[in-house]
Amino acid sequence: MSEGYEQSPSPSDVGFQLVTRRGLIVGAAAVAGVGLLAACGDDKDSGSTTPGTDGGTETTAAGGTDTTAAPSGDAVTVGVNEAEGTKPYDGAKAGLDATGVPYKGNFVDHNSFQDNITSYLQQPDDLFTWFAGYRMRFFAEKGLAGDISGVWENLPDFTEGFKTASTGNDGKQYLVPTSYYPWAVHYRKSLFEEKGYTVPTNKDELLALATKMQADGLVPFAYANDGKWPVQGTFDILNMRLNGYQFHVDLLAGKEDWTGEKVKAVFALWTTLLPFHQENPNGRTWQEAATALESKEAGMYYLGTFVSSNSTDQAYLDDLDFFNFPELDPAIGATALDAPIDGFMMAGEPKNAEGAMAMLTAIGSLEFIDAVNAVNPSAVPANSKFDASKFTAIQAKSAELVGSAEFIAQFLDRDTSPDFVSNVIADAFANFHADPTSIDSILSDIETQKSQYL
Amino acid sequence: MTAPVQTTATPPQGRRRRRRYSQLSRGDKITLWLMAGIPTLIHVVFVWVPAFMTIALSFTKWDGLKLGTWKPVGFANYWAVFTVFDGKFFPALFNNIILLVFLSLCSIIGVLFAYLLDKNIRGSAIYQSIFYMPVVLSLAIVGFIWKSVMYSPRQGLFNVVLGRTGQGNQIDWVGNSEKIFTFNIPGLDTSLGLTKNFAAILVAMAWRHIGYVMVLYLAGLKSVDPAMREAAAIDGCNEWQAFRRVIFPVMKPINVVVFVITVIEALRAFDIIFALKSPPGTKVLGVLVRDNLVGEGGGQVGLGSAYGVVLLLLCLGFIIWYLINNYRETET
Repeated sequence: MSEGYEQSPSPSDVGFQLVTRRGLIVGAAAVAGVGLLAACGDDKDSGSTTPGTDGGTETTAAGGTDTTAAPSGDAVTVGVNEAEGTKPYDGAKAGLDATGVPYKGNFVDHNSFQDNITSYLQQPDDLFTWFAGYRMRFFAEKGLAGDISGVWENLPDFTEGFKTASTGNDGKQYLVPTSYYPWAVHYRKSLFEEKGYTVPTNKDELLALATKMQADGLVPFAYANDGKWPVQGTFDILNMRLNGYQFHVDLLAGKEDWTGEKVKAVFALWTTLLPFHQENPNGRTWQEAATALESKEAGMYYLGTFVSSNSTDQAYLDDLDFFNFPELDPAIGATALDAPIDGFMMAGEPKNAEGAMAMLTAIGSLEFIDAVNAVNPSAVPANSKFDASKFTAIQAKSAELVGSAEFIAQFLDRDTSPDFVSNVIADAFANFHADPTSIDSILSDIETQKSQYL
Repeated sequence: MTAPVQTTATPPQGRRRRRRYSQLSRGDKITLWLMAGIPTLIHVVFVWVPAFMTIALSFTKWDGLKLGTWKPVGFANYWAVFTVFDGKFFPALFNNIILLVFLSLCSIIGVLFAYLLDKNIRGSAIYQSIFYMPVVLSLAIVGFIWKSVMYSPRQGLFNVVLGRTGQGNQIDWVGNSEKIFTFNIPGLDTSLGLTKNFAAILVAMAWRHIGYVMVLYLAGLKSVDPAMREAAAIDGCNEWQAFRRVIFPVMKPINVVVFVITVIEALRAFDIIFALKSPPGTKVLGVLVRDNLVGEGGGQVGLGSAYGVVLLLLCLGFIIWYLINNYRETET
């Protein structure tokens, strides 16, 4: 991804570890090995199913060695935004193998996949990974994604919330969700115990806690904005706590005025909260901010649950906990949160529609997510029948948090046009952090530039 | 010149004689056609066709999704670049101009280094290696190195040396977009100026550019006839006069190369800023083109193309000026 602007992390990537030196060497060796084995393979169609898991249904197009024409007319082609050699890749592959439908996988690195989605959709695979939100509805409207309402008639395991998130503007479904992760305030249990802090549930308690932390020599909130997506989470939550979920949706759909009082109120509050955050976030990566939380320089960190992936220290990870961002306005409550959802979509004109639908039904089944979670237990399975006893601690808390939420937003850069975010919002928020006093001119710039995108 | 090719050439016959006499055989001609034709074809296909398509697309609105869905909009994209996005365009243009001035200074320093190293001072090979080392790295890599090793607020060399790694007194080298100086241009509502983080990026670029120019110039200096220096010395020139009146004029071809490289580097600058995820205040025109065309946000093909055309015009202006100047001088 990365262009000037990076996208927020995807649920399927949530569990990734930072590459350690040892990992690099092992990875390099693995890559070299694959290169030798698949010398005649081609990058785009590198291998599909591993033989063995459920014998008879395998295609012959296994492993890069077979370049002859497999009866690919029968196999469903699947584009997956995970590159070989990563844990999410292993998870996705295990899940797709478990569906029992013959398929041919096209595994592409996560950021390249997202960056090239426009050209990819000119000639897509039958199925491809994507996520809920504005872009899903946009592709559906353009006819680039296929109507899968029929599949949804056979998906009893999903709650109404997920169905709504999978629905396009025309009321039809376009996505089968697989997993999600929530954004929440992370903290260290031991620090809270040691200093006698309690989890805040409203604005006064939050401000009191932050003031107390400052008096104790802590930075209340770790904070970063390198890549320009992290602070969008902060904006989202402040906006949803002050103005509610529907305003979030309308604002990002271009229906509300960025120079209006409601948005100004968000930035006014944000400005008063900034002294409680680490200063100069624009040059700091979220990993650096996460380190501040780990080293107890900072008391809290509002980020997605992937914050834990920055550390391998088990003692710290056991100590890490999170709570829902407290309510700021009693009339609005704390019922909405950001929890990006990943899933599979069907191409507008799939070559093998019947197979694709069958596969989507299988992806919506418990077998699929069981197989994924056995290999890559990071993001939370979207399937409500998933056996809660198989959850990791973070998954269990995440599921509880999201389950209690009334409204689930996707995240700013998934809830509106990505052009608008990467070319306007991302820079505007960065400029706000460089000089909070210039917010009026920043907002009027957003409002004028919005017309070019929405 | 009695190359075998000429002796084997068949004498022109009557019918052919009316055509211009050619010393080239059939094989030669085919070779020539291939040698000129293939590069021309590649050039046209990969340079001119995309260039004209970009110009055509800059007058349309297109989300890049389906071919043929573009809508002609006249000059609307250009209007947007100069009015709606003036807060992005003019600071980016100004950054390119700053870059041009700054890299010119770096080029002068590079020439100075080359001149000193040419004096056969002790250990000159070591100095050369040190200055040249960054040149083998791409600017994107230079960006990564400076960002993580030099400028990181927590672990960066500068903050460690300055003792500014603590919470609250860290220097945010790459993120701080405060302006060092600003000025206003009448009719433009954004004030222009040099941001601190762009200055930090300039330093990283200098690290590479100085070495680059140094090596180029050093190679040129080595080819200057020593007799000329001796003659200058005998005539009583001091060091500066010898350089200014004798060496510099002799070095004209290299000077032109250095100048052209400096201008091109300044206008095409993109990679280092992109690699640093273009923090606020550091955008250059190349980044704006990219932001609108490529990536998940690349749904504004018309607008991105308009930025590209503006950049093309700037480059063309310079190239035309350079060509005219060059031809005029060779004519006289």
